Amino acid sequence: MLTLSEFISYFEDSVLADNIRENDLLFPLIESVHVVSICLVVGSILVIDLRLLGLASIDRPVSRIVKAILPLTWSAFAVAAASGFLLFISNATKYLENGYFDAKLLLICAAGLNMAVFHGISAKDLPRWEHEAALPFPARLAGGFSILLWVAVVTCGRWIGFTMQVH
Amino acid sequence: MIGAGLNEFCNWLAATPLSHTIQTAGWIIPALQTVHILSVAVVFSSAILVDLRIWQLLERDVPLGEITRRFLPTIWPILFILLSTGSLLIIGEPRRSLLNSTFYLKMALLAVAIVLTIALQRSTSSSPNFWERNRSRRIAGRLAASVSILVWCGILFAGRWIAYTQAG
Repeated sequence: MLTLSEFISYFEDSVLADNIRENDLLFPLIESVHVVSICLVVGSILVIDLRLLGLASIDRPVSRIVKAILPLTWSAFAVAAASGFLLFISNATKYLENGYFDAKLLLICAAGLNMAVFHGISAKDLPRWEHEAALPFPARLAGGFSILLWVAVVTCGRWIGFTMQVH
Repeated sequence: MIGAGLNEFCNWLAATPLSHTIQTAGWIIPALQTVHILSVAVVFSSAILVDLRIWQLLERDVPLGEITRRFLPTIWPILFILLSTGSLLIIGEPRRSLLNSTFYLKMALLAVAIVLTIALQRSTSSSPNFWERNRSRRIAGRLAASVSILVWCGILFAGRWIAYTQAG
């Protein structure tokens, strides 16, 4: 059976990881793509969060906003995850030892869980209240949590850069 | 010489008490950068959502004027936060940006983005369907939206690249 560390070093020792590590342009280039995509994830999800909190777009039903925004959020998230994975394998062992990196991954999982709880439980009777400006407490809670979690994700992301001396 | 004067200005700025505080407290620069990047996320996403709407990729049934009214006004107060955090970052590490051509590229691109945003906001506030009235307007609108997307991406790329092109 493959252990986690064997799995990690398989990627870290790959030619691809070696190129990202050694090439002067590749790392900042992937990093820039990562920043652009994260900005879109956070900025677009904020549109939904502010609607849930009743602070913006209150004249529009929640499902309309979600339908318009989420495809962009998910596309950007896919790019952010892919570029993040490439940055990660360039120095996998050191990233895993970095507390802010581990916290960032956990916070992203928590943001996903928050979203799943909202869509799966809190939004079950969405058609009944989605046109109102002030939404039920669980919906507002989901919006508030989402903002806090994504701010924390970005904070950890920036702190990784200051606590990892790889470049 | 502009170069020598700028160099002197950087040295003066780096010697101010405020710069000293920013440099020595280890958490200030990452905290400023975090606020800066979160603000970038808001401004960038607002602009991109409007650009995507011009390309008819979302909220097709809503007039463009309503979309610009919903997303573009947010840009201005957030831009003020960006200028404030950006200025503090420059005060903390003047040479990192003021002696760095990537920084000036970023500022030039920002100027273009601001002009584009103002033009878009003005044109659609007076007539919500300004960019959809006829074929040539539609093409011009899509062209402007594409330039806007490219310029904003350029700003973010340049922002990240400042860290890699700074003078010693």
